[in-house]
Amino acid sequence: MKTVFDALRRIPVMRRTPASLTRLKALVRKEFLQIVRDPSSIAIAFLMPLFLLLLFGYGVSLDTEHVPVAFVAEQPSADTDDFRSSLLGSRYFAIATLRTLPEAEQALREGRVNAIVRLRANFSERLRRADGAPIQIIVNGVDANTAQLTLGYLEGAWGNWLTRRVASRGGELTAPVQLEQRVWFNSELKSRNFLVPGLVAIVMTLIGTLLTALVMAREWERGTLEALLVTPTRMSEILLGKIIAYFTLGTGGMLISVGLAVWLFGVPLRGSFWLLWTCASLFLLAALGMGLAISTVARNQFVAGQLAIVGTFLPAFLLSGFIFDIDSMPAAVQGVTHVIVARYFVTIVQTLFLAGDVWSVVLPNALALLAMAAFFLAVTWRKSRKRLE
Amino acid sequence: MLTRLLALIVKEFLALLKDPKSRTVLIGPPLIQLIVFGYAATFELKDIPYAVFNEDRSAISRDFEAAFTGAPSFRRIATIRSEEEIAPLIDDRQVLLVIHIGQRFGAQQLSGDPAPLQVIVDGRNSNTAMVALNYVRRIVNQYNEDWLKAHGQSGLPAHLESRAWFNPNLESRWFFVPGIIGMLSLITTILVTAMTVAREREQGTFDQLLVTPLRPAEILLGKALPGFIIGMVQGTVILLIATLWFRVPLLGSLPALYCGLALFLLSGVGAGLLISSLAVTQQQGLLGGFLFMVPASILSGFATPIANMPPVVQAITLIDPLRYFLVVLRKVFLEGAGFDILFGQLWPMALIGVASLSLASWLFRHRMY
Amino acid sequence: MVMAMKEAPILVADHLSKSFTPGRQRIQALDAVSFAIRPGVITGLIGPDAAGKTTLMRLAAGLLVPDSGSIHALGLDATHDSLTVQASLGYMPQRFGLYEDLTVQENLDLYADLQGVAKDVRGERYGELMHMTGLQPFVGRLAGKLSGGMKQKLGLACTLVRPPRLLLLDEPTVGVDPVSRRELWSIIDRLVASEGMSVLLSTAYLDEAERCDEVILLHEGKVMAQGIPAEMSATLRGRTWTVSLPGRQHRALQMRLAQTAGVVDALVQGERIRLVTEQAQLPDAIDSHPDMHEATVDPVAPRFEDLFVDMLRGRPNSTPHATHLDFAPISPHADGDATAPVIKVDRLIRCFGDFRAVDGISFDVRRGEIFGLLGANGAGKSTTFRMLCGLLPPSSGHLEVAGLDLRHAASAARARIGYMSQKFSQYGNLSVGQNLAFFASAYGLANKARAERLAWAEDEFDLVRYRNQLAGDLPLGYKQRLAMACALMHRPEILFLDEPTSGVDPLARREFWQRINALALSGVTVLVTTHFMEEAEYCDRLVIMAAGRILTVGEPAAIKAAVRSPELPEPSMEDAFIKHVEET
Repeated sequence: MKTVFDALRRIPVMRRTPASLTRLKALVRKEFLQIVRDPSSIAIAFLMPLFLLLLFGYGVSLDTEHVPVAFVAEQPSADTDDFRSSLLGSRYFAIATLRTLPEAEQALREGRVNAIVRLRANFSERLRRADGAPIQIIVNGVDANTAQLTLGYLEGAWGNWLTRRVASRGGELTAPVQLEQRVWFNSELKSRNFLVPGLVAIVMTLIGTLLTALVMAREWERGTLEALLVTPTRMSEILLGKIIAYFTLGTGGMLISVGLAVWLFGVPLRGSFWLLWTCASLFLLAALGMGLAISTVARNQFVAGQLAIVGTFLPAFLLSGFIFDIDSMPAAVQGVTHVIVARYFVTIVQTLFLAGDVWSVVLPNALALLAMAAFFLAVTWRKSRKRLE
Repeated sequence: MLTRLLALIVKEFLALLKDPKSRTVLIGPPLIQLIVFGYAATFELKDIPYAVFNEDRSAISRDFEAAFTGAPSFRRIATIRSEEEIAPLIDDRQVLLVIHIGQRFGAQQLSGDPAPLQVIVDGRNSNTAMVALNYVRRIVNQYNEDWLKAHGQSGLPAHLESRAWFNPNLESRWFFVPGIIGMLSLITTILVTAMTVAREREQGTFDQLLVTPLRPAEILLGKALPGFIIGMVQGTVILLIATLWFRVPLLGSLPALYCGLALFLLSGVGAGLLISSLAVTQQQGLLGGFLFMVPASILSGFATPIANMPPVVQAITLIDPLRYFLVVLRKVFLEGAGFDILFGQLWPMALIGVASLSLASWLFRHRMY
Repeated sequence: MVMAMKEAPILVADHLSKSFTPGRQRIQALDAVSFAIRPGVITGLIGPDAAGKTTLMRLAAGLLVPDSGSIHALGLDATHDSLTVQASLGYMPQRFGLYEDLTVQENLDLYADLQGVAKDVRGERYGELMHMTGLQPFVGRLAGKLSGGMKQKLGLACTLVRPPRLLLLDEPTVGVDPVSRRELWSIIDRLVASEGMSVLLSTAYLDEAERCDEVILLHEGKVMAQGIPAEMSATLRGRTWTVSLPGRQHRALQMRLAQTAGVVDALVQGERIRLVTEQAQLPDAIDSHPDMHEATVDPVAPRFEDLFVDMLRGRPNSTPHATHLDFAPISPHADGDATAPVIKVDRLIRCFGDFRAVDGISFDVRRGEIFGLLGANGAGKSTTFRMLCGLLPPSSGHLEVAGLDLRHAASAARARIGYMSQKFSQYGNLSVGQNLAFFASAYGLANKARAERLAWAEDEFDLVRYRNQLAGDLPLGYKQRLAMACALMHRPEILFLDEPTSGVDPLARREFWQRINALALSGVTVLVTTHFMEEAEYCDRLVIMAAGRILTVGEPAAIKAAVRSPELPEPSMEDAFIKHVEET
């Protein structure tokens, strides 16, 4: 770490002489021409966000509805029908009525249903006894999260049924404490509202890194760098030229992603667009920097490609807080998440989209992004001095 | 035939493992990632930060507070004295939820009226919010039951008796660790295969291969087997870590699991080689690898159930080999399934593998120039 | 070593050393090299592969840091003031990194901007450069779509957008056909004459050394000699001859002469053999041989190449390797007529889009023949080869190799051919031994046969000491050897060699042809593409190709005879080639 800061300090303050500006412009233009001629960069920047966001925006959802549930009433009666109809009315369940428990268990084992609701033969009778009738629920616990949700839904359906049943008999069912939940920022608890902004961050990590992961390695492999190096061009200009070009390209991809999120998926953007823009730019810089660093360190497209595959997707997917709550991870793993660029941006976009300009969240994360960008660019710069060794 | 094939495989292994950077990338990360991700991937909340805004100073409200203090998943961060303090705490993500106890909380309970308890949750991560609310509801339900019992009121006419099969404590790690095995295997096969043919094309060695008596099918096999072997070895190591380190129960038939792994690797290698034979440059190979890998993982049902997807997307997942392998993994690990139950998952993978490999082999022959 | 100079030298090296450590081995690329270069002339940097030429160039351009010693260019320390030095010198690397997805004009603009050429002088400069290089009609074309020679000229143009005071050219003519080579040289001559530029140019072509005002001979990282080429070769006066023997196959004669004691070098040169002897008289062995009574032996003026071969052959490790190819004359397939064609090509056409790379060519190759395909870059030689080897389907026409179309033939048929491609195409990240082992198995060799051939390859091609080195790190000449070893591993009966000696130094080239001759004598059919005109002389028959068509077919002597004229009483192959190409 210390050496990197030393390196940062040693980056020459670029004197913007006219010659240097001309060179930079020429380099940027070169990058753009290459981008235009090689459709794969354009595909990465524009088609990939479109494709991935559409696919995931529609495909990924944690809103479990129509859970297949087997309903077994061992001795059907008016009471069991009453309970069954309360389940049928809910959009959370898709009820399959089966005759016997073994049948239902078989269905559960084969994965045709996720849960079994079983009313025993003496259900009606015990309903009228003091200790009440048991309603047996068996869930498939493999997917623990879905199982929890299913249990929650069943509890809700049961509660509604009870209240209705007691009320219809002129009684009143009062719970001493009644829960009134208020969900801020996402009152309907639509998972898309939090997944889509996170996806923007994931997709941009991939794009930013992929755009640059091979570019330096390619210049090494094709020998073009040697020709550039003997011109009066500085290494910093070569790198800056690349960053400017791919930054512009990445910004295009970013706009597409944000546009899709807002207009297609209807995620509210409560924060200011310009703040989002600024943070996105910082993030893009960090992602591009990471790609450049990979490319420079590997110097060989094959290894750079492998590093990009291993280093971007899964960490961004699992460790960024995109789906899994970082606070619930063990301390050591939480420590690891701090080196994942996407982590900071996921936090920022979720807040900016759903909560608004909360400076106390945005500022520290934006600073972290800035530090990451500086770190990666410093590594790149340090590893690519104007020598061939 | 056999010597030639063996030579090809040895060559592929050398090409993969000779470069120390490449070797590191291939061997190190999967193991580290399994451990890190194994801990990271969980929907359980262990440490919900919350604040209490108690306007009622009665003993009853303090008892109620104690129900939360005693719960292991909750960590009290702050005690609030005014309404205005709520927003900053939630906005800053210092707390996930605020429990607001009204002024007449205790009095209402004593008088038999329902006492409202307001819970304000940060909904930015809707899943976390939902899980946290579930926890709160459970505590409140427990409190209610205890309170009713203590005050001699009659019970309810019906109650739920719930049980979870296969994963009685509903530990989400048991669900995710097998999933990570699938994801890592996929990444390894793509890593090994997606760029190899393009690299040989770019370096000119592919022509040299084609003028030898090696048949395209042999070259393909030579490229497929290293990915397959590495995937098998890595899969075995990961399985060991999953069972010995994470203590995920492995109940089902091991042969069935390995059969699933083999078929999955077959289809993954097939997809990787298909990409590889289509790509002219390594850049395209890498891009293709990503375009396969990312959707294949996200739409596999790893974190978000396939059942939640719209029908069109569900149809797309039918060509995702990871989808089937995840089911095999989870069913074998947790449900103790054997071949009979898994047959429906095995044949699609075999089909995908055979189809993609034949297509790749056709492309090998017809894209030689 | 440093000679008296009238003007301040423009490039001075002082005890310059540089080493690399790829893998475990340490390679001393330059070992205490000292020299000084005069301004305003062309200085040639001559040496075999791995002599340290490229390292020296890179050090002069400030791209490497020396281990010890110093190098000063234009009075500045190239290592410490690298940016300033780079601003006033021009350097064209061996493989000039043109951006292939940019057009000619865009490449020029890029380098003009990077070199800080003022906008108002550009028009004129571009005009000059484009005129000089003849690229004017192609300014809008993508650099990747240019032929090899044109790329090289564009590289030079990019280097020259801002006229440098010192121009460093690292093997600018490697892989460039004779026509383009002449053009490149005339450009360089003009630059020196009209702009007073100083040029340091490295090359493996020794005829080019003679065009330099001064040469530095580099060998294994040390300066062996520095001087004016004509003066240097003059030291060999009296030791160079030409021999001709009527009615005698000159190839066989050359082989015999080369193995005679007292002969340093024997080389086919047209209808004669060029001889360099150890002493200033013909060795007794030649004089006393009965055959030689009919021979005409004339003393000739020494060339620089004679000197080079003489100097290097006198060193340890550089003695010519005795060739024992161990080729049992293969004839299992030689059923019947020995002169029946083994390769038949009939009206072969290959199009890429609307571009006809090969445009209706026909020729036959007989068994045991060395058949040459001569042509400029982009003439369609490699495309023809790739079709013959079954790597590329023809658009139309018919071809047959050993009676088969290799694209559809059973894989066993491919075991009958060997192919060595133009580009290095062994596995760069595998070691030499691993490459050999792989190709041996790929050709289906096993057990004892495999072990024997591996031992043969390592021994024959002198690869033992490189066995554990990565193939990608080998010097160019050894890469070529490895490629050839791999192609010969399975004793093929037909051998395809695509530009096998491009960029290889004269000694390695001699060794290479020695092998080819031996192979042909044992009945192997050899197809070779080349743009070394002197190598064309080794062929039994050859075709000259241009723009996808065959201009002429025949024996070298006949092709040369066809262009004989009063102005050119004894045309060289290069003359014949240029004449044919110009006629179209």
